[in-house]
Amino acid sequence: MAAHTQPGRPNQLFRNLNSKIASIPMMLTAVVIFLGGTIWTVVYSFTNSKLLPRLSFVGLEQYERLWDTPRWIVSIQNLATYGCLSLIFSLTIGFLLAALMDQKIRFENTFRTIFLYPFALSFIVTGLVWQWILNPEFGVQSVVRSLGWTSFTFDPLYNSDIVIYGILIAALWQGTGLVMCLMLAGLRGIDEDIWKAARVDGIPMWKTYLFIIIPMMRPVFVTTLVIIASGIVRIYDLVVAQTSGGPGIASDVPAKYVYDYMFFAQNLGQGFAASTMMLLAVAIIIVPWAYLEFGGRKRG
Amino acid sequence: MNIRSMAAVLAATVMLPLGAAHATDLEVTHWWTSGGEAAAVAELAKAFNATGNKWVDGAIAGSGGTARPIMISRITGGDPMAATQFNHGRQAEELVQAGLMRDFTDLAKKEGWDKIVRPVGLLKSCTFEGKIYCVPLNIHSWQWLWLSNDAFKKAGVAVPKNWDEYVAAAPALEKAGIVPLAVGGQAWQSTGLFAVLTVAIGGKDIYQKVYGDKDAKVAAGPEMAKVFKAADDARKMAKGTNVQDWNQATNMVITGKAGGQIMGDWAQGEFQLAGKKAGVDYTCLPGLGVNEVISTAGDAFYFPVLKDAAKTKAQEALASALLDAKTQVAFNLKKGSLPVRGDVDLAAANDCMKKGLEILAKGNVVTSTDQLITQDTQKQLEDLMSQFFANTSITAEEAQKRFVAIFSKAG
Repeated sequence: MAAHTQPGRPNQLFRNLNSKIASIPMMLTAVVIFLGGTIWTVVYSFTNSKLLPRLSFVGLEQYERLWDTPRWIVSIQNLATYGCLSLIFSLTIGFLLAALMDQKIRFENTFRTIFLYPFALSFIVTGLVWQWILNPEFGVQSVVRSLGWTSFTFDPLYNSDIVIYGILIAALWQGTGLVMCLMLAGLRGIDEDIWKAARVDGIPMWKTYLFIIIPMMRPVFVTTLVIIASGIVRIYDLVVAQTSGGPGIASDVPAKYVYDYMFFAQNLGQGFAASTMMLLAVAIIIVPWAYLEFGGRKRG
Repeated sequence: MNIRSMAAVLAATVMLPLGAAHATDLEVTHWWTSGGEAAAVAELAKAFNATGNKWVDGAIAGSGGTARPIMISRITGGDPMAATQFNHGRQAEELVQAGLMRDFTDLAKKEGWDKIVRPVGLLKSCTFEGKIYCVPLNIHSWQWLWLSNDAFKKAGVAVPKNWDEYVAAAPALEKAGIVPLAVGGQAWQSTGLFAVLTVAIGGKDIYQKVYGDKDAKVAAGPEMAKVFKAADDARKMAKGTNVQDWNQATNMVITGKAGGQIMGDWAQGEFQLAGKKAGVDYTCLPGLGVNEVISTAGDAFYFPVLKDAAKTKAQEALASALLDAKTQVAFNLKKGSLPVRGDVDLAAANDCMKKGLEILAKGNVVTSTDQLITQDTQKQLEDLMSQFFANTSITAEEAQKRFVAIFSKAG
């Protein structure tokens, strides 16, 4: 594992031959499955494949239809709303929880377990639990009503305008625990001396966090961001379990559109076009950012 | 001696599967999972097991929309079941074209299916390039309005006799705390409901022109505008249903929590299972009491091409068992659907089924949407209708515009 560089040595190709051979299966998987599958999908998105893939090209027809479809537009809007809010809230809440946890409180282990526990549940279970909690007839609404407020209404999952927030609540409940743990690890990685120095200089605690600790935690934030962002783009199972896209199509997301058109509508071409758009969106956001973050310069 | 007995044992083990060649396990997939449906399926299994084979039940919960992709991916993925349910029509079209389904023309000729299956359209939907690829099992019609007599009694109004009276009675029902019209949240339910409104309010010709000929002009016309107006009424009446599955919505009608439901005659199985009597506890109005027309959709069994010879043979036994007169009666009585054979005795049928049989005998039938439009168009309609029913900010005019757009591009 030691990375001694020995310049001038011949046969670079055969250096570490064993590890190179060992990584061939993974390289093949990456190239054939990921790259090959992606290219295949993009190629077939220009065809009019229905139930079975067929190579009869129709140009951009599938894409024109896609951007003409109200359901696709709704699902993009939902993803944008959900993505922005989920990013902001899970980072804020996660960091706040971690900061509170870092105050050398008692029973820290217990709290940490409690906060992280929802992450152990799958999205399907999370979705079902929150479907029941938010159901007006069994959940929060009926509890509050039985306490006396009979006009209390809280049925986000049955209201087209706010249904995406109902899903957001469930996603935050499930995901913030993990963010908290990552943040906590980052906080623990900060040298005690920094805190001492800040205290000697008389800097208030919130300022220390905001201007010293958070900038120092940049790598942790980047990792967390990647984890949250990938979770946002692939959101599917939570929506299916909680609302199955309803009411109507109000809580639809791109991944669900792709699935529905590929398998329910028996229109592979349309589904491929939609998934290519998803890939494109991810690429537009991720590639320049990843280049800046990891490629452009070396950080000291 | 020893070797001989060994040989005998060996021979026995070889003989056993040969001798019992027809005792084959066949996996049959379907989406019949509600109470009434499961009872009906049990009849099919019983009939097939009586042929000496074994029915392996592969029920997939979550209605056709969930089940079909699973079935199709199993067939296209090289792990076909021995037989599977689809609705008559274009759902399995491409699977047949791709040669994944078994051709039953010989058996059909031998048993004279063309003589016993009625109406003839059913067998036609199974036919592709002159060959028969499926076994029609039952006739289901969508065009029924189920009304709870109790709910109307509670609201103090007479049980309506047609759609207009029903719409007029809605405020009284609402006042009594009853949801006037139960519509489950799944998209296919509102889409089916709309097709029913098209037949009932618009009439047979309009329906045929829009869904059959994909005539965009008619779809944009004033007759369809009337249908959209009725759909607008329907979605207002459906407010507060808050259930997903069709049988939950039917249950609202059975328990009198909802005034009525527009649902196919498979809902009848639920009424029957709950011990309700047609005419006494509930009322059925074919064609919403306006146009007494029913569609001849239904379920059919398709048989994927299998490699195993014994199973291939057993498929034939299953196909014959499904069309057997006794099976037809037993199954359809439980299911609430009509038999595909015109020559069976349905004395045990209840009032609603008799109404259906009468309409069928008169020939007041339309082709079902499953036979007319592709799954792609169906899905687009579902997206439109589920949004229209859930979101009252979309006006009927807007919805009609999008409806026209879908049909102008439909194949």
